[in-house]
Amino acid sequence: MAHSRTARRRWTAAIGLTGVAVLALSACAESERGTDDASGKTGGTLIFGAAGKPKNFDPIFNDDGESFRPIRQMYDTLITYKRGTADLAPGLAEKWDLSDGGKTITFSLVQGAKFHDGTAFDAAAVCFNFERWFNMKGAAAQSQMIYYADIFKGFAQNEGDASGTPLYKSCEAKDANTAVLNLNAYSSALPAAFGLTSFSISSPEALKKYDADAVTQSGESFAYPAYATEHPTGTGPFKFESYDKTNNTITLVRNEDYHGEKAKLDKIIFKIIEDENARKQELKAGTIDGYDYPSPADFKSLKDDGFDVLIRPAFNIMYLGINQANTPALKDIRVRQAIAYAVNREQLVKTKLPEGAEVATQFQPKTVAGYADDVTKYPYDPAKAKDLLKQAGVENLTLKFYVPTEVSRPYMPNPVDYAAAMTEDLKAVGINVETVPRPWNGGYKDDVQKFGKHDLHLLGWTGDYNDAGNFPGTFFGRSKPEFGFDDKALFDEIAAADAVVDATAHADAWKQVNRNLLSKYLPAVPISHSPPGIVVNKKIKGLTPSPLTDERFDTVTKD
Amino acid sequence: MLRFTIRRLLQAIPTLFVLSVLVFAWLRSLPGGPATALLGDKATPESIASLEKIMGLDQPLYLQYFNFLGRMLSGDMGNSIISADPVLEEIGRALPATIELSVVALLIAVLLGIPLGYLSASYRGRFFDNATIMGTLAGVAVPVFFLGIVLKYVFAQELGLLPPSSRQDADIDATRVTGFATLDGMLTGEWDATGNALWHLVLPAIALSSIPLAVIVRITRASVLDVLNEDFIRTANAKGLQATVVRTRHVLRNALLPVSTTVGLQTGLLLGGAVLTEKVFVWGGLGSLLSEGIQRRDYPRLQALILLAAGVYVLVNLLVDISYAIIDPRVRTS
Repeated sequence: MAHSRTARRRWTAAIGLTGVAVLALSACAESERGTDDASGKTGGTLIFGAAGKPKNFDPIFNDDGESFRPIRQMYDTLITYKRGTADLAPGLAEKWDLSDGGKTITFSLVQGAKFHDGTAFDAAAVCFNFERWFNMKGAAAQSQMIYYADIFKGFAQNEGDASGTPLYKSCEAKDANTAVLNLNAYSSALPAAFGLTSFSISSPEALKKYDADAVTQSGESFAYPAYATEHPTGTGPFKFESYDKTNNTITLVRNEDYHGEKAKLDKIIFKIIEDENARKQELKAGTIDGYDYPSPADFKSLKDDGFDVLIRPAFNIMYLGINQANTPALKDIRVRQAIAYAVNREQLVKTKLPEGAEVATQFQPKTVAGYADDVTKYPYDPAKAKDLLKQAGVENLTLKFYVPTEVSRPYMPNPVDYAAAMTEDLKAVGINVETVPRPWNGGYKDDVQKFGKHDLHLLGWTGDYNDAGNFPGTFFGRSKPEFGFDDKALFDEIAAADAVVDATAHADAWKQVNRNLLSKYLPAVPISHSPPGIVVNKKIKGLTPSPLTDERFDTVTKD
Repeated sequence: MLRFTIRRLLQAIPTLFVLSVLVFAWLRSLPGGPATALLGDKATPESIASLEKIMGLDQPLYLQYFNFLGRMLSGDMGNSIISADPVLEEIGRALPATIELSVVALLIAVLLGIPLGYLSASYRGRFFDNATIMGTLAGVAVPVFFLGIVLKYVFAQELGLLPPSSRQDADIDATRVTGFATLDGMLTGEWDATGNALWHLVLPAIALSSIPLAVIVRITRASVLDVLNEDFIRTANAKGLQATVVRTRHVLRNALLPVSTTVGLQTGLLLGGAVLTEKVFVWGGLGSLLSEGIQRRDYPRLQALILLAAGVYVLVNLLVDISYAIIDPRVRTS
């Protein structure tokens, strides 16, 4: 039987508004039902505005936030993140130990956990998942395992993008609660990357029952099996109930058998509303309780209207990229330094970026190990910029500045505005700028990252896990058309830092990389760290914003 | 009549074929591509190239087209790159939303437009006529999306009287039968679901009906005025026929001929308007599929949608021609 809570208010209003008989009759019917069940600290339904449709619900085949949001509520990872930070915390593994130079990881698992289908979570289930990922067949399936390919480098048989030597060697269930993972080599990404939602643990029985590996591809499109679309089965605090594609809602219900502290809410409904303005209107109309990524321009008005705008700690970087391949002058570090001094980043952050944004001094946020306080800094100094250009013998320099349009990212909410300000700064020191706007999904990334058509460009990155290798290592660890340089010394330096196992030495090695990146190489100009927001109404309590956008709703209550 | 219908149907085949080539070529000429959109922020040039190879997007264009044609002729329009659902299933799910919205908008336009146009012509030059003309000018001039935004701002956000978007409330627990939210509630006895769906229809249907309403009023008015000046009306009045009979049997029937053409054309245009209206009201119909598909370069979805829209347009025009032939038998023999 249908029931609607938020409808009631409208029905009441409807009676007075219109004389359309059928509507008035329906209104009366609804008003009498009285379905308000969202009172008190436990129970109730959270309706959250999602910005897009999930691709599917099988964690391993996803890499985007809109898919991860519902998945995170249904699944657990072996290691998770301490709420509100990027620091590692126990998940399905109570503890983990690295041995053999980081090539063996021993997980001590929680006891008593069960999958949503009632089967037990144990070491055998963990190894089943690792084996499944490693032995995944078919280019179609492998091509969808973005994070697995990135972290574990290769499969038993590489059929898609991955071409490296597999990191995975074997997994052994020593006893019910101890899983030992053996790797072919040490990876600095691990164990931090075990917190990635992609590496959530699924029920082996459900994976088998619903043919989870049967990803097929025809023409340009992919199709996912029933496990990924209708039967996601994890151990998380919420269980999958339905995905109503007619009304664009995903409904999860509380897992009463959860091994940890049970979720407070009875139900979560993710309502997919792609337009940011529409999400805001829905919040204001009271038809949703919150939504993600409010525009920074709305932070103040939302607060003024009585909503809680929760600011996530920034875990991202926006940079002004420099391509050294097209314009010879850019090979000269003095010219790149001139660009860095010419851009008034302090002013930009103060006037154009959201509250809480900071000027970036290096290519990673402070919270990531390897951040160096003593890197070479480039404060706004147009005179010095002019002087450096003069020293380099550069006159009438004209640069093509590629700017992404029709896009807003957490690290660059309004790139067109930032590019306009930077263009003026560069012109002020005598650099001619030819702005080339390109739609984000209309060729910008191809032009910049694939073809390297630009001299300057705006781009950024939101971190996946807490390791410097996921920031500067990702940008500058190898030759790319985006930056147009091929400097073996730098690549070796980064590879060496990445290979250090001891945590303190690892951080120290990255500190040195960061120092050198800013003083010796300067392949780009770090601009800012920008904190994305999440907004909820006053009834919602207990939501902790995560720098990794890893919000869990199990602690949330609705008054 | 049958031969007439078959001839018109056969004429539609080359039109649809040429259109399929144009749509296919146009989509591939757009910068960016589905692999880039699918892989998202973490995409690398290598991963994009690899995915394009898997998707067959590295093949020559003519080969890609023949593959597409082969699949299409066997009834396989592919899966959406965004949702991974078969596009025909997606369209089947979204179509009721668009039809529901368009039908209600068209009903508003026709049921209000014809009487208003007739009355406007009857009171030619008087206040009612002038007010109607002003209103229709505004209706034609104001873009649908703008009207939608204004309606939403006033009635949903500021007054809180009507829902701002989507087809039903998020927490409605409705059983899906046909995909028509209003109809499903009636079939299953979930009357509050039907009421809720109707309530959600109010704002988008008013916004979408604005242009066809204005056009129908104007065409009806002009047509009625033309017919009123015809000799046979004068004759009918002169021979003492009742005014009601003259109005309904002679004036209105003859005046409706161009109006029916207009309604047919407006149905096609309504689909165009629905794209914008659905975008504003997050409606989840064909328009929403289309705009999301363009944004994310969803080739299979866009191909299917555009060809379907063209097919519907051709079909509606065919129905208009048939209605012409029924109303005026001379058309059949011409």
